[in-house]
Amino acid sequence: MAEVEETLKRIQNHKGVIGTMVVNAEGIPIRTTLDNSTTVQYAGLLHQLTMKARSTVRDIDPQNDLTFLRIRSKKHEIMVAPDKEYLLIVIQNPCE
Amino acid sequence: MAPKSKKRKSSGLKKGIKHDKNKELPPVGEEEEAINMESMGHPEIYPLVLTTKTQEIFNCRIDEDLTDEQPYKLLKKQDILADFSNRAAVSDFYPVKKIIQAYPGDEILLVYDKDFKYGLNFYIIGTEEGKELYFNPPEVPEEQEEHIEFKELTPEDVFTYKPPCSKPWVSLGSEKEIEEESVKESTKQITYMISRKRHEFGAPIKFSDQNASSVKDGYIECTAYPDRNFVIKLFEKDVGMQAIPQVMDTSTQTKWAYPKTATTQYYPREFLEEEKEILKQSKPLADFLSNMSISVEIALQQNEITNTFIDDWKCLAEEEGTFGDKTDTHLKEYQSFTDLHNLTEKMVTCVSWHPQIYGLIAVSVAVRLSFEDRVHFSGKLLLQPSLILFWSFSDPIHPQLMLESPEDIFCFKFCPSNPNIIAGGCINGQIVMWDITAHADRIENIKTGGSRSKKATLKPMFLLEPDMNKEELYIRYCAVSSIENGHKKVITDIHWLPDTFEINRMGSVFENRSGICCQLVTCSADCTVCFWDIRPLKTTTPQPTDKKKEETIEIPSDIPSTFLHLDLSWKPLSKLKLSKGETTLDHCPTKISLGEERLLYKTQDKALAENKAMKSGEMNPYQNLESGLANILKPIEDFCTKFFVGTEEGEVIYTDWKLERDPETGRLMTRKPVGLYTVHDSAVHDGTVHTVQRSPFYKDIILTVGGWNVAIWKENVMIGPLLQSSCAPKRYTSGHWSLTRPGVFYIGREDGYIDIWDLLEKTHEPAQSQNICITMITCIKPWTFSGIKCKPLLSERGQAPGICETAQGNS
Repeated sequence: MAEVEETLKRIQNHKGVIGTMVVNAEGIPIRTTLDNSTTVQYAGLLHQLTMKARSTVRDIDPQNDLTFLRIRSKKHEIMVAPDKEYLLIVIQNPCE
Repeated sequence: MAPKSKKRKSSGLKKGIKHDKNKELPPVGEEEEAINMESMGHPEIYPLVLTTKTQEIFNCRIDEDLTDEQPYKLLKKQDILADFSNRAAVSDFYPVKKIIQAYPGDEILLVYDKDFKYGLNFYIIGTEEGKELYFNPPEVPEEQEEHIEFKELTPEDVFTYKPPCSKPWVSLGSEKEIEEESVKESTKQITYMISRKRHEFGAPIKFSDQNASSVKDGYIECTAYPDRNFVIKLFEKDVGMQAIPQVMDTSTQTKWAYPKTATTQYYPREFLEEEKEILKQSKPLADFLSNMSISVEIALQQNEITNTFIDDWKCLAEEEGTFGDKTDTHLKEYQSFTDLHNLTEKMVTCVSWHPQIYGLIAVSVAVRLSFEDRVHFSGKLLLQPSLILFWSFSDPIHPQLMLESPEDIFCFKFCPSNPNIIAGGCINGQIVMWDITAHADRIENIKTGGSRSKKATLKPMFLLEPDMNKEELYIRYCAVSSIENGHKKVITDIHWLPDTFEINRMGSVFENRSGICCQLVTCSADCTVCFWDIRPLKTTTPQPTDKKKEETIEIPSDIPSTFLHLDLSWKPLSKLKLSKGETTLDHCPTKISLGEERLLYKTQDKALAENKAMKSGEMNPYQNLESGLANILKPIEDFCTKFFVGTEEGEVIYTDWKLERDPETGRLMTRKPVGLYTVHDSAVHDGTVHTVQRSPFYKDIILTVGGWNVAIWKENVMIGPLLQSSCAPKRYTSGHWSLTRPGVFYIGREDGYIDIWDLLEKTHEPAQSQNICITMITCIKPWTFSGIKCKPLLSERGQAPGICETAQGNS
């Protein structure tokens, strides 16, 4: 239990990290550092996108699987680490 | 009628009787109906039909009474006559009734005609002779055979021809028939003869139309008329009726939309707190996080290292865009302040923005007179107060406050810790202190008067009625320094030491005990740099100042007593002489620039800071300057005690303020200057260095402006300046770094032009040059507010009193 907290804290304290959230396989947030409405929005959208990305990868090669998804936008970078049961979403501002 | 061909045989049969074949048969009896065989040569034979009933009556039944052997019967005449009376016309003998009545005998021969020789199944012989003949020649049947043989035998006979002899015609009744059958004309035929002229035949015929009704009898019509005979009146009619409501069938076509199942989710699915806790505890989550955090951290670090998506071209292009727009960097005159009361020619010597209040400028004005003129007019000058004017944007004509000073102020500074304390350096070497705490609300009210909103920053100021603060307050100074102990000549520059450290008499740096700015440094034209402390000295040595105290004019009561301890007895803490070494000429400092070192507070100092905060909340710390002295001096190590000095000759000196004891004489003396910033052993600037300023962005970059050029130095780099501009066409009289852009600084020229230098654009000449006024620009002080950048450009006016102008420029 403490590991969970510690890991999330470590990630959150990285430079430029805006928010971190853990989402279950159905897109329901479990842990988050952002406010509720933002969390819910991110969770819903990214969950669908991850599913789509995973199915794309697997369609091309059924033995392949999605390991990491990074979306770079003008303002932020959204990183999604998918798993069978959970999704770890980190939003970072790569301020260079 | 009796078939004639058939009866040829029978006539042959009867040959024996008559031997007359060609004879005409005699007509039958009177009865027309009786038919006899006269045509066959047997006139006495009358065929008959006898029905079965008749046969039974007369016992002449076929095959019973009348057989082949005896095919005849003799019937009594009376029987037949009785039959006539019984059955009248029904009787079968009726056709031969007359014959029978006329029969002479009593018995009539009835013969069964089996072969239908005479047409019917019976015949009677109507005469006696016939009867006789019948009976008598029993060879009748044989005659029949003989007939056949007779035929053969006939050729044996000799044929003798007898010519026919005419006999008298016997009427047998045929003439009646003939008479009946013959056609006779009943009426006489009428004969018509129609004739026409011959030439009328064959003439061409011409048809013409003609209305039939026009000619009488042109047509014959058979009009229809309602014939009563054929009219059927319908009296009854069977009709079915049904009373129904009026119905109408209509149809319309509606747009058929495919029904779609759609759902809307109103609330996001969320976990309850307990569920979240349970999930947090679960092992899979911990495993997942420990696995995934590695890759996530790699990705995060990648982003921290470098931004891989930077488009270098684009970044370059952006810089170009901002420079090209000249209109933005143009300076616009924003506000001009004119003092109407003091009409003599005055020169603006120093300008400072109020550190906290927006839109408040303090301007020190001095009379623009040479030394001789000052001496000459000294009496007159005494009457005119020397002032620091406080201008507000709301009122360009009336200054808000006016601070009096004994002499013309050449430079002054707001105290950074408390903007109500102002220290100024006079023309005669005195330092003047003001405390405007009592009037702080007055100048603050300028800000708050009228509709106040920070966003529309400028407008509310102008909307303020100018007559709000009509009464001008002359605020007298609080304290002046000692004349003998202080500077001898004009103070050219004055600075407050930051509140992080303090200096003792030796020049050693200690932590600031009071937590406020309490020390000043001044430099003057008598080649000295003095450090002053506004706190009361512990040791009050009897000084000649006592005498002065007695002579002092009674201090008006409305002056705050903040610096009363300093008044007229203020001595500098330490005095530095800037000597050039062997020569007697000393550097005449015009400007100094101290290092701004920010000390990191240690935990012990936090208490000090908290104390400071508490104290400032309770009361003005300047009221209680002694409190700080109670603390112990804590030395600060590794403090850079060096500072830059710009001289009148145009040199820039980097020297140390720490005093050292001369090993020989034991006196305190200043250290030798660490470095002289020169280029090839000659002064960089050709004229007085009037600006020595550190860049607000880089603490070791110093801008020096003097004479006709500008130089930028880096601390500790003794070789030469980083940048030295070429000689400008006009003398530079003032300069200042831009507070917002590190590569931009402003230079004021003596012809009223402002040169905006942008080192990132051009290094050999100013990026922009703009005329502000006619006369020399004496002081530039930029200020930045949220949103608007204002630069006050101060200048002197030739004839008019000193005008302070503010200009606005975007950069």
